[in-house]
Amino acid sequence: MTYESVARFAQQAGLIYFGLLFLAGSAYALWPRNGDAFRHAANLPLTEDEDL
Amino acid sequence: MPTNLSARPAPLPGSGLLLALVVFGGLLFTVAAALTDDPLFRMSCFVFVTAAVLAGFALTAGISSGQLKDEPDKYMDGVIRAGVIATMFWGAVGMLVGVVIAAQLSFPDLLYFPQAGWLNFGRLRPLHTSGVIFAFGGNALICTSFWVVQRTSRARLAGGIAPWFVFWGYQLFIVLAALGYVSGITQSREYAEPEWFVDLWLTVVWVAYLLVFLGTIWKRKEPHIYVANWFYLAFIVTIALLHVVNNLALPIDILSSRSYSLFSGVQDALTQWWYGHNAVGFFLTAGFLAMMYYFVPKRVERPVFSYRLSIVHFWALIFIYIWAGPHHLHYTALPQWAQTLGMTFSIMLWMPSWGGMINGLMTLSGAWDKLRTDPVVRMMVVAIAFYGMSTFEGPVMSIRAVNALSHYTDWTIGHVHSGALGWVGFISFGAIYCMVPWLWKKEKLFSNALVEWHFWIATTGILLYIAAMWVSGIMEGLMWREYTPQGFLAYSFIETVSAKHVENVIRTLGGLMFLSGTLIMIYNLIRTVRMPSVTQGDAGAPALSAPATA
Repeated sequence: MTYESVARFAQQAGLIYFGLLFLAGSAYALWPRNGDAFRHAANLPLTEDEDL
Repeated sequence: MPTNLSARPAPLPGSGLLLALVVFGGLLFTVAAALTDDPLFRMSCFVFVTAAVLAGFALTAGISSGQLKDEPDKYMDGVIRAGVIATMFWGAVGMLVGVVIAAQLSFPDLLYFPQAGWLNFGRLRPLHTSGVIFAFGGNALICTSFWVVQRTSRARLAGGIAPWFVFWGYQLFIVLAALGYVSGITQSREYAEPEWFVDLWLTVVWVAYLLVFLGTIWKRKEPHIYVANWFYLAFIVTIALLHVVNNLALPIDILSSRSYSLFSGVQDALTQWWYGHNAVGFFLTAGFLAMMYYFVPKRVERPVFSYRLSIVHFWALIFIYIWAGPHHLHYTALPQWAQTLGMTFSIMLWMPSWGGMINGLMTLSGAWDKLRTDPVVRMMVVAIAFYGMSTFEGPVMSIRAVNALSHYTDWTIGHVHSGALGWVGFISFGAIYCMVPWLWKKEKLFSNALVEWHFWIATTGILLYIAAMWVSGIMEGLMWREYTPQGFLAYSFIETVSAKHVENVIRTLGGLMFLSGTLIMIYNLIRTVRMPSVTQGDAGAPALSAPATA
């Protein structure tokens, strides 16, 4: 296990890891079925009540 | 605590346990003060003992008088009011120290005492940076997070007395750190100067903060966790991780203030700047973005422009920021590929940063008139504009070729201040201008005209500051790399220092203007708190709407 091989692995695995993470995050954010939940959440600060 | 002993109301859960721990801690540090040979460590022990005595009296009085009573059906707002006061107090102190050290750069004899180093530039500088970042910014983050997590979760803060422990424990950390800096206790890590025992104390406080925040989210009555809470949570968790790893150190003695880091060489440098840049990314960015995502929609009475974009913003920002630190180590012993990685991730940060900026600004769609009528909205919008500007400038400066010119110069200082004064300062001021009438049940702020004065004086101050630092930074960068035809350096270092005199004076003036704005704000807030409160019946609704225009 040389420095070069570790660096190469870190770079290539990192690229795939970040690519997949980004796809997963974007899919969650853009998934049509989540729309209603997001609309509800976006209005949370505007529908507050001072009584618990 | 048993409640059936008398008619006295039940105190906040955990009050008795905290009192016992305070008494034990006070005794422990009394013994430590007696045993240690290190006068600086003894001084810090006395600070702990003083804090324990004060806390012991306050807890005893609070429990026995019924002032510390538990009100499980109400939001816990007392600790937020205390946080607002602490934020403004430490803001004024930290900014004042900033003006003093800017003046020392302009006039080096100022407050310079060769026989007593307490007020030297080298000791006041960390006092300024920690004062504004951790004392002002940290208190602003803690108190706004307590407000936001309760309201968006529809739940009272978890942990009984714990939120008060977080608040006062954090103030104790600030006092310990500040007294340490001026008396010469430092481990010389930038933005992580406090020594091992202060670091341990902050770890205890921070874990309590994390548990209070998580506990409140856990018992929320809303199914969804609002995006601002995600940003606050990322800030709290990541700061815990950064703080613990970067401060791994071995004290030379259990009764000594000195310690040595577990890291050395290039690993030490990389750990420090992994910490240092993420202090920017998670303390000064993620936490304040949480303020943006709550207080801007609230103030303009519109939901955030795109909730989907806010989710992409969040995940992209936190996963990219953590890798950007190596751009602080260009042209060092750090392997070239690691430098390039830090630079690449810094450039990638453009996208989430600007996505967030656009999301914040576009929340005003349909309400742009509020820019003209509500100076608090204008302050928050200018904060977002400064966020966009400094997150554009940062990636540019992280490019190796640009960094060759900008590194170690005043350009970096200007960049930091456009972020810190423009973004962090203004979004915090905006949030506090919003919260004070809500917290103290006032119809509106005392004076919108004074907010206008604050806004314009502070904005002009920031522009003077950053323009002066661009000029002096690029000038000194060019002077450092200037060679004579014979191949010698054209300028000695001191020549580049004296060439910056005018810019340093302008920077002092800019800082003084920013501080003046803060003092105007403090006056305005005090007058607001002293106004008559709205009646109990309609305390909620009118206090939550935007104030009438001046």
